[in-house]
Amino acid sequence: MKEINELNLPEDLHYTKDHEWVRIDGDTAFVGISDYAQDQLGDIVFVEMPEVGDEFDQGEEFGALESVKAVSEIYLPLSGEIIEVNEALDDNPEMVNLDPYENWIVKIKPGDLDELDNLLTVDDYLDMLNG
Amino acid sequence: MRFLPHTDEEIKSMLQAVRVASLEDLFSQVPPDCRRDAAMDLPAPITEWELNEQAGAIAGMMEVQPDFKVLIGAGSYDHNIPSIIPALTSRSEFMTAYTPYQPEMAQGTLQGIFEYQTLTARLLGMDAANASIYDGASALAEALLMGIRISKKKKKVAVSKAIHPHYRQVVTTYFQPTDFEVVELPYLADGRTDFSGLAELDDLAVVAVQSPNFFGVVEDLSAAAAATHEAQAIFITSFTEPLAYGLVKNPGSCGADIVCGEGQSFGIPRSFGGPGLGMFTCLEKYIRSMPGRLVGQTTDLDGKRGYVLTLATREQHIRREKATSNICSNQGLCAMTAGIYMASLGGTGIRELARLNYDKAEYFKAELTKAGAGIVFSSPTFNEFVVEFAKPFKSAADRLRKKKIIAGLELGKYYQELAGKYLFCVTETVSRKVMDAVVREVKR
Repeated sequence: MKEINELNLPEDLHYTKDHEWVRIDGDTAFVGISDYAQDQLGDIVFVEMPEVGDEFDQGEEFGALESVKAVSEIYLPLSGEIIEVNEALDDNPEMVNLDPYENWIVKIKPGDLDELDNLLTVDDYLDMLNG
Repeated sequence: MRFLPHTDEEIKSMLQAVRVASLEDLFSQVPPDCRRDAAMDLPAPITEWELNEQAGAIAGMMEVQPDFKVLIGAGSYDHNIPSIIPALTSRSEFMTAYTPYQPEMAQGTLQGIFEYQTLTARLLGMDAANASIYDGASALAEALLMGIRISKKKKKVAVSKAIHPHYRQVVTTYFQPTDFEVVELPYLADGRTDFSGLAELDDLAVVAVQSPNFFGVVEDLSAAAAATHEAQAIFITSFTEPLAYGLVKNPGSCGADIVCGEGQSFGIPRSFGGPGLGMFTCLEKYIRSMPGRLVGQTTDLDGKRGYVLTLATREQHIRREKATSNICSNQGLCAMTAGIYMASLGGTGIRELARLNYDKAEYFKAELTKAGAGIVFSSPTFNEFVVEFAKPFKSAADRLRKKKIIAGLELGKYYQELAGKYLFCVTETVSRKVMDAVVREVKR
């Protein structure tokens, strides 16, 4: 398992306490899990996805990641509608382990960008991990 | 895997590890009013001979003795049990282990269950079977919950009224504390379920039907599957008599999403209605929503075949309240029994036995009709069917009981509208002589 100073935590992302990240890209946003989350979960064997068109509140469960050890729910960092799911993960879920930032899980149309204020900066997130 | 109790030495070393002096100290946390300090008030030990005599005396109090012929199925079926079954299942490796908590230590048990799963999936025409759950009724309730998980936010489940009344009671019990609505689908004059109302039910997650149903009638599963999928719901087929699938088209080929039911017919004695075997199968795409344990085949580091418990991450010991089920206990020995039964008969044997059941039932139907009785439902049946009589049948049934024949189940208790009509079952254990004796009483 990685030490906290070994984690790859990009500066330009917003993080959640549940270890998801969101990257705003114009009108849309990409959502994935952090390097810490993939490292803790271990080998991911299945990604349970929502349907395109499903809508969720901020912090609502939208899917689950199954590793060899456990199944963990994943929560949407911002409210919004699912506009795309990363179908490549159906056959190769381990891509999330290889690069959790390149391999996003869902693409959403955010409902309210003010909700970003509820999320963590990379420094806040690091502080949380350091306890 | 053998059951080996802890030795005194092991207990001593475990007590040392948790730093208590004795077992008594270990239990000191338990409040005194929850403990019993007097000795257990048990009778003195008796010999095996005496014990057998006592058990025999209790069995002798039964109104229906083993030499009776019972022409009732209704969810529990009298089939011959080949001698190979008790011979194999009584092996201590199968008989004594409760559940393989060290699963990979028990390769024989895992392989046995894997074979059971394979044969079950083949019989029902489905992709995957689990290692079985408690019984047919809880299997149906679990299947409905599974269908709801797959359908996500929908709130309604439709259940055929021709499903075994006890199974529907168990479903009601499971669903009573939830906010899901259970809708009952009526049955038609021909004994099949009426699916015409499905289109009007919105928010429908699941549709469940039993085939052959409680009246013994073989449902039109293909049409039911089409109507269910048209309504964007998950289609569940339940059964109480798996032997039927030796003859009638299996539910998998008719478009079922989940198929589950009672496996008692496969080598398990009727006892007092239990223990049973909940057979449970689904399409591969739904496998992650399936409750219960699943044995998988893999290869070890040296490339040798081995068996493991797989997809266990969704089970209760890991997922707690988010687990696929928290009530999926079973008796693995019953699954092992059914696996040995299916393997012993083979595909040909199951087909021949099913044919024999069907032919006997058809003979009985024809003879009863000639004797003036009526077959209530016109749809095809397997080894059970509902009969109506020109004059009340009760006195004939009483006379037959004196001849050690239990002739049918009166249906008024389960379906008010069918009061006075009787559900009959004929398996390979019922001789023509017995059937003819019933027919003679009907003619009187």
